[in-house]
Amino acid sequence: MAGVKQHMAVDLNGVVFPLPVLAASGCFGSARDPGLVDLHRLGGVVTRSLTLGPTKGAPTPRMAETPSGLLTWVGLQNPGVEAFLGEDLPRFQKAAVPVVVSIAGTSLEEYIRVTSRLQGRPGIVALEVYLGAPDEERGRGQPFSARLDRVSEVVGAVSRLSRFPVFAKLPALNPDLVEAARTCVRAGAHGLTLIDGVPGLAVDAGRLRPMLSAPVGALSGPAIKPVALAAVFQVAQALPDLPIMGVGGISSGEDAVEFLLAGAWAVQVGTAMLVNPAAPVEIAQGILAYLKDKGIASPADLRGRLRMRRQASREGVL
Amino acid sequence: MKRVKAEILNAKKLGAYHSLTLVAPEVAERARPGQFISVAMPEDRVFLLRRHFSIHQASRRGGWAGTLEFIVDPRGSGTQWLAEVKAHQFLDVIGPLGKAFAYPNKLTNCLLIAEGHGAATIFFLAQELRARGKRVDMLVGGEDQEHVFKPIEGKRLSQTIAVATEDGSMGERGSIGDLLPSTVEATGAQVVYAAGRRSTLRRVAEFCTERQLPSQMAVEEQMACGMGQCFTCVVPVIRKDGSGYDNLRACTDGPVFNPARILWDRWMGEAPQLLPTPPEGFPVVRSWPG
Repeated sequence: MAGVKQHMAVDLNGVVFPLPVLAASGCFGSARDPGLVDLHRLGGVVTRSLTLGPTKGAPTPRMAETPSGLLTWVGLQNPGVEAFLGEDLPRFQKAAVPVVVSIAGTSLEEYIRVTSRLQGRPGIVALEVYLGAPDEERGRGQPFSARLDRVSEVVGAVSRLSRFPVFAKLPALNPDLVEAARTCVRAGAHGLTLIDGVPGLAVDAGRLRPMLSAPVGALSGPAIKPVALAAVFQVAQALPDLPIMGVGGISSGEDAVEFLLAGAWAVQVGTAMLVNPAAPVEIAQGILAYLKDKGIASPADLRGRLRMRRQASREGVL
Repeated sequence: MKRVKAEILNAKKLGAYHSLTLVAPEVAERARPGQFISVAMPEDRVFLLRRHFSIHQASRRGGWAGTLEFIVDPRGSGTQWLAEVKAHQFLDVIGPLGKAFAYPNKLTNCLLIAEGHGAATIFFLAQELRARGKRVDMLVGGEDQEHVFKPIEGKRLSQTIAVATEDGSMGERGSIGDLLPSTVEATGAQVVYAAGRRSTLRRVAEFCTERQLPSQMAVEEQMACGMGQCFTCVVPVIRKDGSGYDNLRACTDGPVFNPARILWDRWMGEAPQLLPTPPEGFPVVRSWPG
């Protein structure tokens, strides 16, 4: 349709990205070796999750390929927050790409200390709290996200301390995802990232052992897209003013549009980038083509535009 | 590294393996032995990830200039698809990836050890070493005759060649490790290069460490992206100063490593992974011979 000029920037209640497509955490190695990823053409980068000190991560094998999916458990291998500030952040700044720093820890204190090390650093636009890290303090190694009180403590402490807006990254298989979302908002989160990888197991029957050393990993890729869409949809229905970054199996412009329609304000691309380094650029182009085709001005105008097939009852939606 | 749509010039069967030759001048002109390429799977498949193959041949000059050959060992779903592609199809290829083998400056006698499809990268190395005036001897092996890669080519590339197969269908019955001491004695090897199964590499590594033979090995580890992004393909490698170890990516920091610096028992999952660095530190390994 003629006459409508498209603009691609998105505003997540004050957190602005020039394009609605970001690189998801853990799928962009470091600014030092970006491979074939063109930093200048990303809406933003969510960093590999940073811990206070360098973390060696899990033993190999760390990955297995499953139908339409990728099962991984890297165990938070990262150079630590200091190395990130010294080596990576300046490179991101030079590329002028908005940086969302993903933070992780095995105790409340670690999350707090990582947050405080990041304060006031230019180039960072937001923090993303990864809650899949093992809670060594109270949770006997279960992820923080398994207990709402721990989610509340961590997200609350980081949000109170941080001068950057804070996004909490939640898994989909929470007993009550909407309640978890409300907990994060009450604790001070600016928004949510939905979803974290889905727990998965791959088995090598021939050798009678799990494929991953972990042995349970996080499933990503197209296999989890419907799960992620449902999570985004449910939370967006309940909390329409809460900024949500949708992530899980997005590999085409069409996939991204589906997330925006379901209620996401922006999307992140992970596994698809490992296969096609140009995926985020192609996805952004795909969104633009869709907007042009429908005569819609911006990605924000797609949000919540999903037309229900029939009047869904409230119970039916949630 | 470059990403190209490369036309298949030639696809042929070689024993148990398949050889694919691509027209990929941007990749071929930079490729060195030890490096690899990644090949995308067709988009409609349920298996998504790129597959990784060491570069067997990269021609910069002559009638084959700009071509690149790699070897497929069809054992999984992706490699089986690749074993059936035909000439003139196009593949989405990224390469060259990873660090190449280093060449010795002064030492001349090189023993090259290749097991199974590991020969693809080793034969490329043999050519380059010979072009630098080095003596090349080879020790090759596989499960059976079908899995001994291009034995005639091996003979042509080396001063002497010893062959071992597990079923005895070609050369000696047994493993490469069994022939190693006698081959090193016979050839006066000063430098050892190897590619093959992890258990074989470990055996060669232990032998080389004991004899203080400098060596380099191309390793394989489960790899998702091949471009340094995902951190799944790591190998525990001792730091240069022995102060500890780091999980280095086989795709960007390797696949070629000095095996004396690999913590084999940790890598093979035999030692508890979170063992602290011993108080005396790890042994400091001499750097590559000048």
